[in-house]
Amino acid sequence: MAVSGVLLVLFLVAHMVGNLKVFVGAASFDHYAHWLRTLGAPLLPGSGYLWIQRTVLTAALVAHVWAATSLALRARAARPVRYAHRRPVRGGYAARTMRWGGVIILLFAVYHVLDLTTGHLNPVGDRAHPYGNVVADFAPQRWYVTLFYTLAVLAVGLHVRHGVFSAVRTLGQRTAAGERRARVAALAVSVGLCAGYLSVPFAVTVGLVG
Amino acid sequence: MLFDLGTPIGDTKAPRGPIETRWDRRRFEARLVNPAGRRRLTVIVVGTGLAGASAAATLGEAGYRVRSYCFQDSPRRAHSIAAQGGINAAKNYRNDGDSVHRLFHDTVKGGDFRSRESNVHRLAQVSVEIIDQCVAQGVPFAREYGGLLDNRSFGGAQVSRTFYARGQTGQQLLLGAYQALERQVAAGSVAAFTRHEMLDLVVVDGRARGIVVRDLVTGTVTTDLADAVVLATGGYGNVFFLSTNAKGCNVTATWRAHRRGALFANPCFTQIHPTCIPQSGPHQSKLTLMSESLRNDGRVWVPLRAGDGRAPGDIPEAERDYYLERLYPSFGNLVPRDIASRAAKSVCDEGRGVGATNQHGAAAGLGVYLDFADAIGRLGRSGVAARYGNLFEMYQRITGEDPYEVPMRIYPAVHYTMGGLWVDYDLQSTVPGLFVIGEANFSDHGANRLGASALMQGLADGYFVLPNTISDYLAEGPFPALDPTHPEVAAARAEVTGRVARLLSVDGDRTVDSFHRELGRVMWEHCGMERTDAGLREAVGEIRSLREQFWTRVRVPGGGDGLNQSLERAGRVADFLELAELMCVDALHRTESCGGHFRAESQTPDGEALRDDECFSYVAAWEWTGGAPVLHREPLEFEHVTPSQRSYK
Amino acid sequence: MNLTLRIWRQPGPGAKGRMVPYRVTGVSPDMSFLEVLDMLNERLTLEGADPVAFDHDCREGICGACGVVIDGVAHGPQKATTTCQLHMRHFRDGDTVDVEPWRSRAFPVVKDLVVDRGALDRVIQAGGYVSAPTGSAPDAHALPVPKADADAAFEAATCIGCGACVAACPNGSAMLFTAAKVTHLGRLPQGQPERPSRVLDMVAAHDEAGFGGCTNTGECATVCPKGIPLETIGQLNHDYLRASRRPAGSRP
Repeated sequence: MAVSGVLLVLFLVAHMVGNLKVFVGAASFDHYAHWLRTLGAPLLPGSGYLWIQRTVLTAALVAHVWAATSLALRARAARPVRYAHRRPVRGGYAARTMRWGGVIILLFAVYHVLDLTTGHLNPVGDRAHPYGNVVADFAPQRWYVTLFYTLAVLAVGLHVRHGVFSAVRTLGQRTAAGERRARVAALAVSVGLCAGYLSVPFAVTVGLVG
Repeated sequence: MLFDLGTPIGDTKAPRGPIETRWDRRRFEARLVNPAGRRRLTVIVVGTGLAGASAAATLGEAGYRVRSYCFQDSPRRAHSIAAQGGINAAKNYRNDGDSVHRLFHDTVKGGDFRSRESNVHRLAQVSVEIIDQCVAQGVPFAREYGGLLDNRSFGGAQVSRTFYARGQTGQQLLLGAYQALERQVAAGSVAAFTRHEMLDLVVVDGRARGIVVRDLVTGTVTTDLADAVVLATGGYGNVFFLSTNAKGCNVTATWRAHRRGALFANPCFTQIHPTCIPQSGPHQSKLTLMSESLRNDGRVWVPLRAGDGRAPGDIPEAERDYYLERLYPSFGNLVPRDIASRAAKSVCDEGRGVGATNQHGAAAGLGVYLDFADAIGRLGRSGVAARYGNLFEMYQRITGEDPYEVPMRIYPAVHYTMGGLWVDYDLQSTVPGLFVIGEANFSDHGANRLGASALMQGLADGYFVLPNTISDYLAEGPFPALDPTHPEVAAARAEVTGRVARLLSVDGDRTVDSFHRELGRVMWEHCGMERTDAGLREAVGEIRSLREQFWTRVRVPGGGDGLNQSLERAGRVADFLELAELMCVDALHRTESCGGHFRAESQTPDGEALRDDECFSYVAAWEWTGGAPVLHREPLEFEHVTPSQRSYK
Repeated sequence: MNLTLRIWRQPGPGAKGRMVPYRVTGVSPDMSFLEVLDMLNERLTLEGADPVAFDHDCREGICGACGVVIDGVAHGPQKATTTCQLHMRHFRDGDTVDVEPWRSRAFPVVKDLVVDRGALDRVIQAGGYVSAPTGSAPDAHALPVPKADADAAFEAATCIGCGACVAACPNGSAMLFTAAKVTHLGRLPQGQPERPSRVLDMVAAHDEAGFGGCTNTGECATVCPKGIPLETIGQLNHDYLRASRRPAGSRP
């Protein structure tokens, strides 16, 4: 859970940094997308690096979902009779929503790939010019897409907030001071990711990027 | 006549010679069992407190087949877990003049010269090894910055010989013994039975050969047979209903063994602890001890005037009576437990006790103040919190009052019973093959136990004494094989099932607890801190009539199959009703005052306990007859510590 | 005070249970929660009904025998307090209070509010000890222990084994209990030789007992009556990873 989670978070950070290229300009953004496809050339075949990354990510995702599912199944088995009166988990909203939040994020990721990777659900869907796709996606009249993205990114933020803390703990963080640092770091990563990811659609919607 | 006089008894196992060498000699002279032989011998250990768990673990390590029983849901729950203060050991790590001989001397003197010198000396010798053993097991004793063990002075001792783990020493020591026990369970040498209550002893051909147990979950009554039986079933303080004992603590195992022939020694020797939280109403189900260490900094007082209803803060200094400081100027608030307890009782008897009448009208005026205002002035609030913070929290949790602002209220409560089954130097009772260890026996504390000595005795018996002495008996075994159909075994079982059925069949109109409460009131009133001839005689009458009523009016709901907590309690209270009478008879016959036993008729002109060594320098061991009990005296000899009258003036 | 208690009643291990309401009157704010159950039981006995079975023993918060879930919270609303030390001044007149047993597959209900916590003993049997047979110990001062380690070990060792951590955990995990023992012994020099096997074997026994996995929600630590810190679980994870990398091996 922790190791696959860490890989996914690293990807999220890299992905966010790439996204921010949108503020540099259309050429730069498109060039970045192109560069990703040619990364590792000529050692690797076309899109070679990308496929390696996709393979690793898929593996991490499968491992993450598998681990989460088996934990959830164990938890269910560990309490065959439920409480009649159950107080919500006090560890926080983030900890409480890890499972359903994870499912929502997974569904979003599928939509997101179909939208901005394959282009099937994108109003433009031009794979050679992703900048245009992004601008079209978050156009002001498509506010509902922006809203949906916002909710999804917030879900990711919550998930990452407990996830980072939990991963650090699972990997053996064991002091009270370390726990405080881990909580702060988890919050920083999740706020940073939310800000980074949300800046793009909002910039498009309000016309800063177009 | 309330009792008959029998023949005197002697401890035939006690070695002679210089006291320092007696334990070595006994160990050398005792027969041994070779390792292969041990595998053929089964020992039942009942109870999993400090004594029982340490004995079961050690016997298991030695290679015996051990069967360990407790009535709780886990061996770790035994009431040793609640001991707060610490454990004494003559390590002399402080270089303050302590030694094995001094610990021996202090313990004999503290017991008011009613214990055996040989036993107490052995206890002091073994104390040193206990600390080593516990540290090796990972017991997290308090340490100093240099990494060495910390010690404190406890209960007014002049040396610092008490090892402790914050206020939870009993818990840490018990977990150490429990973990050693579980290690043997995993190794297969100990079979552990939880939620099983011993209801009788099986005696065949004059030897203890097993026990009758009831599985508290299924209700099944079975017999378990072995080559020897060890009782480590604790004390009987709950005969008073309210005590600092756990609710489950009971006398049934030892009482049933007594009825099967084991003598019961000094039953009237009970310790009443001065610093407990007073009762808050008739609903009170148990009393909570506040560590004695509080008396190091707290000052005990009551209003000068009887019936003074003012809040403590409104009573000016001149109208307060710091009675311990007044009566015992040199020891002040640190006088021994029995003296502090009795002094509290007498000021309350004068109507000067504190504690507002609550809506139930109970508990009013049964308390004295333990005031930390001076200590807070001297050390600051944080200084007091550093020393007693957890105790203050505990007090506040229970009473809802903040002891930093309002003085604590305390009152004495029954805490420990020095009496128990009579055992010889080998810790064997008068029934061959029945060994008794820990608080369940009478052996080491005489008429009064010193602070931090209960843990020492429990672990000494379990880790070091019993495992060495039991082999002398087991060397005669294995004894002839028995099975549950053997007539004496079957009869014991049938008696237990009959008794269970009888308890269930009365179907009267009173609850078990109502009898227990009433018994407790009688005992507290007449066999508590101060005893008189007339009071004890009255008590015997009341107990008898209560016992009669119990068997005609008690209501035990439910059946014998399955978990029935009312039935468990009923059986225990029935035995307390029998024990209570013997306690009163013992207290009645001992017309002297000694240690925790204070007879109003025997006091010095200034009201202190007056011992009568001429007539009472003996252990009173009682034989069960079904009618008047028979007294067997074991004379006590003092070669190394000269009996002297205690004085704390 | 008058209260309504809705209590889980279950006649036996395999039987079906349900919540049954009871009205209790004349409750004093100075009573402990268990004393209210005592009072109710006295009344039920005289009415010819079956009293409510519940575990309890020392009633001073140290034996770990008591424990029920009160209004969805293990040991009830007061922090760092066992059920026996919870007093009625924390409730209001007229309250309806739900009382349920610990819920866990590893803790089957014996009757009403009584559960079988033998699984915790089995976790200890797997390695929650130092192998130091009686008589084999060196002098207590042979091995100094830094005060910080002794204090940390003590803090973890104060666990009373009540099982509230399991009852509260959304995953039904006993990881705080296991971690407390691993931390207690792992922080002391005496615990070092068996440290790797201890953590591997205890976690294996924990999983085998049917407890759920830990997802670091922290619920356990919020209800723990002894305030066992959540970091102990980090310590367990740390030891576990180290022991897995360097397979000194589980004991045979």
